[in-house]
Amino acid sequence: MDQQAPKPELKPAPLRTGVAVDMVGVHKWFGEFHVLRDINLRVTRGERIVICGPSGSGKSTMIRCINRLEEHQQGKIVVDGVELTNDLKRIDEVRREVGMVFQHFNLFPHLTVLENLTLAPIWVRKMSKRQAEEVALHYLKRVKIPEQAGKYPGQLSGGQQQRVAIARALCMSPKIMLFDEPTSALDPEMVKEVLDTMVHLADDGMTMLCVTHEMGFARQVANRIVFMDAGQIVEVNAPEPFFANPQHERTKLFLSQILH
Amino acid sequence: MSDMATTTDTRLMAGPPSFVQTRPLDPLPPPMKDSGAIGWVRQNLFSSPLNIALTLVCALLIAWVVPPIIKFMLIDAVWDGASRADCVVQPDRPQVGACWAFVIDRIGFFTYGFYPIDQRWRVDVFFALLAFGVGWMAWLDAPRRDLGVIYFFIVMPVLSVILLLGLPAIRLPSVSTEQWGGVLVTIVVATVGIVASLPLGILLALGRRSEMPAVRMFSIIFIEFVRGVPLITVLFMASVMLPLFVPDAWSPDKLLRALIGVALFSAAYMAEVVRAGLQAIPKGQYEAAMALGLGYWRMMILIVLPQALKITIPNIVNNTIGLFKDTTLVFIVGIFDFLKSIEVGRIDPNWATPVTSTTGYAFAAVFYFIFCYSMSRYARYVEFRVAAGDRR
Ligand SMILES: Nc1ncnc2c1ncn2[C@@H]1O[C@H](COP(=O)(O)OP(=O)(O)OP(=O)(O)O)[C@@H](O)[C@H]1O
Ligand SMILES: [Mg+2]
Repeated sequence: MDQQAPKPELKPAPLRTGVAVDMVGVHKWFGEFHVLRDINLRVTRGERIVICGPSGSGKSTMIRCINRLEEHQQGKIVVDGVELTNDLKRIDEVRREVGMVFQHFNLFPHLTVLENLTLAPIWVRKMSKRQAEEVALHYLKRVKIPEQAGKYPGQLSGGQQQRVAIARALCMSPKIMLFDEPTSALDPEMVKEVLDTMVHLADDGMTMLCVTHEMGFARQVANRIVFMDAGQIVEVNAPEPFFANPQHERTKLFLSQILH
Repeated sequence: MSDMATTTDTRLMAGPPSFVQTRPLDPLPPPMKDSGAIGWVRQNLFSSPLNIALTLVCALLIAWVVPPIIKFMLIDAVWDGASRADCVVQPDRPQVGACWAFVIDRIGFFTYGFYPIDQRWRVDVFFALLAFGVGWMAWLDAPRRDLGVIYFFIVMPVLSVILLLGLPAIRLPSVSTEQWGGVLVTIVVATVGIVASLPLGILLALGRRSEMPAVRMFSIIFIEFVRGVPLITVLFMASVMLPLFVPDAWSPDKLLRALIGVALFSAAYMAEVVRAGLQAIPKGQYEAAMALGLGYWRMMILIVLPQALKITIPNIVNNTIGLFKDTTLVFIVGIFDFLKSIEVGRIDPNWATPVTSTTGYAFAAVFYFIFCYSMSRYARYVEFRVAAGDRR
């Protein structure tokens, strides 16, 4: 509407390297349990990856390793040229550039929607409050709920909460976005509004890794689909061949179950 | 088919078998509640045989205990007088209740202890500063509570220390803590204990959940050790053992030593209360904060602690009430608190009557009750507010 007003920098910041995420020979154990087994995955700039697989196959664990919510024990993970080690500085550096959206939204219930969105830009990006609010309102418009800025998360529907969560991540202008089953805690009629938001984001060229069972979304948006089973990547393929002609037995079984 | 004919609702019969709502129903007022005084009494006091029995027992207890108390405290009480003669049994006054004249006569002593009489205004100003600060913090909708925090934790303590101890440079003569006493000391010990124990307790609680083994070990040992010994022991250690470790010249004064003891003691309890609150915060809150790149301290200060403290306020107040009453123990290490001033006052020969001690203790009970009950009411109010906040 007001095109003349000076806009803050809102495009996703360009990645430093052509490779957004590089996982090489990654292993992880929970105690004795070998949850990730020799994961090799290279995600290039602007690529949209959808990860699917049966429950307990390690999908969440894998994407949570990318922003170090889980620590891997063997192998190498490099995020936009920064290797994840025990160095806290680097971990924070990676987390600043990688946005994450959770299944259960995880909004901060004691803060308003606007405060949820401006918190990290103010404290981590050191933006002024005014500037952070401007950015926040921009993204609230993008996810189509600018009128909810003053409410508390508990006053919103699930779909609205998840869109706020997406906007919250976007306010940090991340280079990479991680989604962990963003629609599976939602009522069916709210799934679409969240998926639409994600499609928009994909259209803008955001690098995305998305754990989801929404196969329609995968078909429409993904460059590649990663199928995981029992801690391993079993099959990686573009959507067309992945659905039309799955190679591995496990993939065939999974697809037959999920696509009735 | 034939039973259908008996149905009186013609709308259902006329239409097809499936039902479609054709007009919106107007809202109706809710059904009447069994309200009013009689309804309340019947519902709450006489709803079942057991309830009736309990009601009768309680009524008897009240009838047995309350009238004598009222008679002693109010009806037979002596309100004016200058010496013991006014509070002893005389032919024209066969019954003597509480000797409030004694309390009124010695109220300055009970309030200020041996604080020089011409300097007592300083204590009054301190009370006013404190009341203002407590009011600002306790009133949840107060304006500028952020400034209130600064006032309460920085401005007020500095002003109070200058005011109470004195600063000859600005013509406030020094008053040694040896001369402090009565309510002043009780309030100082309780306030310092409460105010210092909260931040210390938070640090200990965070330490106990820390991933750094050294920090965690220290916190656990400290908390468990302090919780494992009585406050009296901590006070003795603070007042007797501390001087063994530090040179005489550095040895802090007696009151300060007791203050440190009380603060450390209540910090250990506060730590456990805060830890329970921390445990109630879902893992997702931590993860969301970490994923945004907030470091550990920002995550704790901005996200976790505000939520954790909010749900622990009732328990914090509960601890505070306990601490307020426990401050009476400082008299054991020779500090002249309110209860001690009553102890000294009641054996004053000028007021030696059979009712002096009872009156003194009754006064102390009323004093402690007013403070503790207000704190308890306040906790209820906050609990109610938090519950209301969660519903929104
Ligand atoms: N913190 C943990 N400690 C121990 N085991 C865990 C932990 N988190 C996950 N696991 C186990 O690791 C395995 C993989 O978990 P993960 O959450 O990555 O699965 P997923 O593929 O995301 O499954 P879902 O589709 O149900 O979300 C599961 O068997 C789970 O029980
Ligand atoms: Mg999962």
